[in-house]
Amino acid sequence: MTESKTAGQNENGASVHARRVLAYVVLILVTVLCLFWFYVLFINATRSNSELKRGFSAIPSVYLLENLNNMIHGTQPVLSGLINSFIIAVSSAALSTYFSAMTAYAIHAYDFKFRRFMFTFILMIMMIPTQITALGFLQLIGNMGLDDSFIPLIVPSVATPAVFFYMKQYMDSTLPLSLVEAARIDGAGEFRTFNQIVMPLMKPALAVQAIFSFVYSWNNYFVPALVLHTDTKKTLPILIAQLRSADWLKFDMGQVYAMIAFSIFPVILVYLVLSKSIVGGVTLGGVKG
Amino acid sequence: MKKSKVVSYNKWGYIFLIPFTVVFLVFQLIPMVTTIYNSFFENYRSGLMQIGPNFVGLENYVTIITNGDLPTYFANTMIIWVMCFIPQIVISLVLGAWFTDPSLRLRFQTFFKTVIYLPNLIMASAFSMLFFTLFADGGPINSILMQAGIIGEPYQFMSHVWSVRGLIAFMNCLMWFGNTTILLMAGMLGIDPALFEAAQVDGATATQIFSKITLPLLKPILIYVMVTSLIGGLQLFDVPQILTNGSGDPVRSSMTLIMYLNKHLYNKNYGLGGALSVFMIIVTAILSYIVFKVTNSRR
Repeated sequence: MTESKTAGQNENGASVHARRVLAYVVLILVTVLCLFWFYVLFINATRSNSELKRGFSAIPSVYLLENLNNMIHGTQPVLSGLINSFIIAVSSAALSTYFSAMTAYAIHAYDFKFRRFMFTFILMIMMIPTQITALGFLQLIGNMGLDDSFIPLIVPSVATPAVFFYMKQYMDSTLPLSLVEAARIDGAGEFRTFNQIVMPLMKPALAVQAIFSFVYSWNNYFVPALVLHTDTKKTLPILIAQLRSADWLKFDMGQVYAMIAFSIFPVILVYLVLSKSIVGGVTLGGVKG
Repeated sequence: MKKSKVVSYNKWGYIFLIPFTVVFLVFQLIPMVTTIYNSFFENYRSGLMQIGPNFVGLENYVTIITNGDLPTYFANTMIIWVMCFIPQIVISLVLGAWFTDPSLRLRFQTFFKTVIYLPNLIMASAFSMLFFTLFADGGPINSILMQAGIIGEPYQFMSHVWSVRGLIAFMNCLMWFGNTTILLMAGMLGIDPALFEAAQVDGATATQIFSKITLPLLKPILIYVMVTSLIGGLQLFDVPQILTNGSGDPVRSSMTLIMYLNKHLYNKNYGLGGALSVFMIIVTAILSYIVFKVTNSRR
């Protein structure tokens, strides 16, 4: 830890300087620790199987496109996996942001009997993870004939308490009720007010939560693996798991790395473009300081 | 006249709540009730034969406790969580304190924050697969260690209890410390700067300020971070599942509760799976209640 020997307000420049150097050293170490794996992944995805067998090298090779091409024409339905993951993630993100905003608006703008109760209730169930009720969930979708379908992976996003909580906080800080009143005086219906006046004002919050919902759904493995059975319906995380359970030494390792890179790098690219709003969004979603 | 209008608007509160409520009831509440219901029945498949469902009372609970499964896998889960959480909270506190310390005036903060949050968004299954290949016997890590002359022959990371647990904890720590740092920073920035100034005038050192002012005032957020991390830790699944291919090897030392649940669900062993789920529901409910209390007191 940091220790400055001088007591008192004359905490001299040298001590601050030493602490600053220490801070930078640690930060650089942490940065290396975070990025090293992705660097190795990138390098290895560009190398051929025989090059990989020869040992590690820090310099990229030229087989990236060949590895990607082999992967796409390989045994795993990677392209359909990508499309499936994308459909499910986009739909979930759209449903969870739209309906969470609607739920938050109900509690923000109207004064009804169960308002307080509903708010408290949603906060209480916020932390309950889907895994622990997966058993009943699987039985239910079996009975509904929805096994091996995307619907049970998409529709439940309508009720996402964490997104609701974020929307509610955002409304508290940016949505004045006088605006809603004004729309009413102009004769707009309640539904129209919500869609055409409230939603546009919520755009920044909707964008941040759409990204989080998308990523959550994109990375989700537990429930989709239990719901989807047909090969062409599987999502990327399930294909990764299959890659792991196959006898991997027989594989072309270049392809293995290409597939991991294929699942990881698109998210990294999107993140780098949007990182500012994402990192800012984390804070607002948690406990307010 | 005016009052009746207010009432007619407020019915829209109920209307707008319909989608959430319906979906919650159907996809979360009903599954929870049937999960609990299932835990009281003998219901599994033996080969092609379906056994049950027959009502057996608490027998499923007795089974998973007395055959040692629940205690073992609960212990595994908690050991890995502790191995992940302690370094995570220490790093997050230190980084958060540095980032928010005005006397340090660290530059490139946005860059560092972007980097440390990055692993949080990575697909856990792909990240785990990546580590599996990197730490394989013939993988790059062994290759690097051998080229550097640190080891003579490949270290078998996947065959030792503590290296497997260590890798799982390390991956999770890497994925979550950025998130924790950002949450703690928000808390630290919320502390009145006048307190720090007063302490400095009174001659407190940086370490004293951190331990006597920052830490005590951060207590609610620390509890929040710890309990939410614990809830997340109990759900630990993707990383160990992929890393060990669902086996929890060596000798099931890295088998977590949800991996065990996954096995039961996959085999349609609903009785024991139900009992295990109820155990998780109860623990999570208690932890959720603590989070709720902390969140509420902060608002």
